[in-house]
Amino acid sequence: MKSLPPRAEQLGIIRCHICDLVFQPTAKPDKAVRCPRCEATVHRRLPNSIVRTWAFLIAGVILYIPANVLPIMYTSFLGNGIESTITDGVVSFWNSGSYGIALVIFIASIAVPCAKFLILATLLITVRKHSRWARLERARLYRMIEHIGYWSMLDVLVVAVVVALVKFRELATIEPRVGILFFGTVVILTMLSAMSFDPRLIWDDKE
Amino acid sequence: MKVFPDLMICECCDSVYRRPMPMDGGVAHCERCAFELCRGGRLRADGWLALTIAAGVMFLMANSYPVLQINLQGIRNETTLWQSAGALAQGLAVPIAVPAALFIILVPFLQIFLLGWVLSYSRVGRRAPGFVYVMHILSILRPWSMVEVGLLGILIAAIKLSKLADIVLGAGIWAMAASMILMTIVSKRDLSSLWDMGEYSRQRTPARA
Repeated sequence: MKSLPPRAEQLGIIRCHICDLVFQPTAKPDKAVRCPRCEATVHRRLPNSIVRTWAFLIAGVILYIPANVLPIMYTSFLGNGIESTITDGVVSFWNSGSYGIALVIFIASIAVPCAKFLILATLLITVRKHSRWARLERARLYRMIEHIGYWSMLDVLVVAVVVALVKFRELATIEPRVGILFFGTVVILTMLSAMSFDPRLIWDDKE
Repeated sequence: MKVFPDLMICECCDSVYRRPMPMDGGVAHCERCAFELCRGGRLRADGWLALTIAAGVMFLMANSYPVLQINLQGIRNETTLWQSAGALAQGLAVPIAVPAALFIILVPFLQIFLLGWVLSYSRVGRRAPGFVYVMHILSILRPWSMVEVGLLGILIAAIKLSKLADIVLGAGIWAMAASMILMTIVSKRDLSSLWDMGEYSRQRTPARA
């Protein structure tokens, strides 16, 4: 088997995350340094990566409860008003025969946030335990949640458009409800959590 | 401080490679973590700028025309992107209108504008005023641009309401679709090549480790 390339740490070099320049810092390896080209503050690893990732993740999990329990919108049609949650939205598409769309909303609003919680927690725990288990797969999972995470904003934007359109006074109106605020916050928190995680930690123990 | 312009480091696992990378089918992957390190066939600054301007024009149109129109028993109503984001500012949900407007309107707009700014200088081999700041801002904005999510959201809203009333797609949604495709081409590509252009070109003298 071909030997793997050396790692930056072994060579005492570092990469700027803004401009991609590779350089050899003069300061001690655990100190922050300034990139000679773009003057960004560069760290060997993101500072407090694990703690910050946990903090955003836990905040996201907590807010995920009101996001699902509280209604995200209120629909009033000919005087009859009902409030609906995220799950109600999925179920009503499913029941009306729009299986594809029910599935899209289910994936964006329920499956993706839950997958993010589980994957981030798994990454954090395995990195803490200096695990060498399935490194390549964990690296791929991390990149996957980074790429698909923002699609969860879908429901927020659906509610925005629906609310803006249906304004027919007594006939029909739709209003946003506080659940959508919690849900949007959860999505932002999980994105921040994924950004705080440093994927290089996965590879940091002896191979 | 010693710099190594002929080296590159994988951002996902810290593996060190020597440039230029051997391209396998136009793409180079990291041997350790399989991350896509770089892609061949770079757009020249001219073509990149042209597409960025086109994306900007389309995005302006997406913002000026209604994206959807609804007809319910003879009453008509329509909405633009701004009105949609603004509609969230009701009751207790008010704060969510801010990120919604940011992600589907302001961030993409800033991204296009700043990219056009940098590219219009780098196509003549110059460094744009404020280049370093602009590049920092662009790297922060990148994950928060959600035009494609907005577009899918509008389409789902249209389907959701089509059972209740007549829905007509507005001019804005076509412009939005066009700007989404153009933005995928211009803003998802590797910005780091811009650092290598003009007076930022790689030094020819390789430093020794």
